[in-house]
Amino acid sequence: MTTTPDFIVPANTITPANQPDTLQPQLAVSARNVVRQFGQRKVLDGLNLDIKAGEFVALLGRSGCGKTTLLRSLVGIDQVSSGTLTMAPQRAAVFQEPRLMLWKRAWRNVALGVRKPNLKQLALDALAEVGLSERAEAWPATLSGGEAQRVALARALVREPQLLLLDEPFAALDALTRIRMHQLILALWQKHKPAVLLVTHDVDEALLLADRILVLADGKVAAEIPNTAARPRHADDPALQRKRRELLGLLGVEEAAPFVASSAEASQPITAHTPPERVAA
Amino acid sequence: MSLSLPQTGLPNSSAAPRWRIQARHFSGLSRFASPLVLLVIWEVASRTGLLPAHIIAAPTSIVSTFADMVASGELPRHLWVSLARVAKGLALSITLGTVLALVAGLSRKGELIVDAPLQMLRTLPFLALVPLFILWFGIGEAPKLALITFGTIFPVYLNLYSGIRSIDSKLIEAGISLGLSRSELITHVILPGALPSFLVGLRYALGIGWLSLVVVEQINATEGIGYLVGSARDFMRTDIIVVCLLVYSLLGLLTDALVRLIERHALAWRPSFLRS
Ligand SMILES: Nc1ncnc2c1ncn2[C@@H]1O[C@H](COP(=O)(O)OP(=O)(O)OP(=O)(O)O)[C@@H](O)[C@H]1O
Ligand SMILES: [Mg+2]
Repeated sequence: MTTTPDFIVPANTITPANQPDTLQPQLAVSARNVVRQFGQRKVLDGLNLDIKAGEFVALLGRSGCGKTTLLRSLVGIDQVSSGTLTMAPQRAAVFQEPRLMLWKRAWRNVALGVRKPNLKQLALDALAEVGLSERAEAWPATLSGGEAQRVALARALVREPQLLLLDEPFAALDALTRIRMHQLILALWQKHKPAVLLVTHDVDEALLLADRILVLADGKVAAEIPNTAARPRHADDPALQRKRRELLGLLGVEEAAPFVASSAEASQPITAHTPPERVAA
Repeated sequence: MSLSLPQTGLPNSSAAPRWRIQARHFSGLSRFASPLVLLVIWEVASRTGLLPAHIIAAPTSIVSTFADMVASGELPRHLWVSLARVAKGLALSITLGTVLALVAGLSRKGELIVDAPLQMLRTLPFLALVPLFILWFGIGEAPKLALITFGTIFPVYLNLYSGIRSIDSKLIEAGISLGLSRSELITHVILPGALPSFLVGLRYALGIGWLSLVVVEQINATEGIGYLVGSARDFMRTDIIVVCLLVYSLLGLLTDALVRLIERHALAWRPSFLRS
């Protein structure tokens, strides 16, 4: 049966343009002149992008510049208007929200859609990899934000993706959980070596994790910064600090923005209704 | 300063519940007192002949009729027939309603084809269709089932349809990105997600099912609670009529308990159930 275009549930079709077999084996993603427009507005406008197999790429860009749009096309839940987009056939995605089926226990969420024998064991193994063995039977509504996101990660891992797509997966987590998730992602990436495309708003996150950082602007990859420093990396590494400033400049943020802000604050006149001791504290 | 507040509050707060419990006891008794008095008056009026049995039977004779009907197996037999009728009608309306809700809920074309006519039919008072259904389906089992089905399909369809439409589209996208086929999407994502709304519909449908028995089983029936009422009327057996009325209301109570039981099991994943 062919998919009817009026179906509200979008059909998971692969357009002739993104048949996996046209992809070179060493590439996980290849995009040529990709355009995605909503009405007259071109959100992606002639985008070119290659991601090598096993490469960790971070994608930065202002809010609304089309990062999620690109990722949705790569996942296969959205199609491009023109151009060619080819990607590895085994793909999995984790989004900002865990998107778990609340009516399925954690391990069943992980196993959902997997067509292999010994499903439960595979799901439990994947949950063990993200450190959630003991929560396998939990209902998603009882999981903390970080746990739910780890279940979503296990659900992606169990599919053994060649391309792992992450759309701000840590954005809703607290700072400490985020640091642990960074370590987890890196460990899993080093073990399984999928190509990773990580969308993030956090420049430090991109610098700590990625081999290559892309900046998306005007519907294209506007800048590309290789980031090959040895791992483990530390945010206070001067080389990373330099790249950080460069990236912030590319993103249109004033150089050393936090410093400017704090010095401006310090030079503010003390007004009558703010007691001096509180400012000192 | 703030410490003294709870101290002064303590004696008051320990005294208050005791007083409230007494009040509740009292109101609980008075709640039953008035109906009891009415029952006694009713009984006395019946015994003295003030209230003749063809108007309404005495409470004691209703109770003994009920016991007789249960003991003789008459009431269980008719009840069983009625239950089977509602079950068959519901099975039909749930199947049909689910299919229609899926068609309307999942595609725009389906919505145009299915939803508009159903929304129009919904406004018909379905019991007024009895004459038409008799002409169409005769006077056997068919019009009875058809009427129960027709009456119960709307709550099933409407609730399931709105349940399907209110499923988070992100979950459907997640299902697609996990490689689910369309039928897997329906069974693993769409129907379970719409289940809470469906159960609301089911509760209404059961209520309507009992209600339709009253009318349906007066159509040339030889069995069923509705038939019992009809024949009791012919013989002016007000005791049997009241027994049947009590059965109807018991069925209503049972329905609520049943649906709540289903909810507890099928919706165990819901945050509201998990917390309790
Ligand atoms: N279905 C749609 N219809 C119309 N416009 C859309 C649609 N989806 C996205 N857009 C528009 O496309 C632009 C890019 O959206 P997108 O979600 O890709 O941004 P983003 O880079 O992910 O932003 P953020 O960092 O805030 O998540 C936005 O201006 C958005 O309004
Ligand atoms: Mg986005």
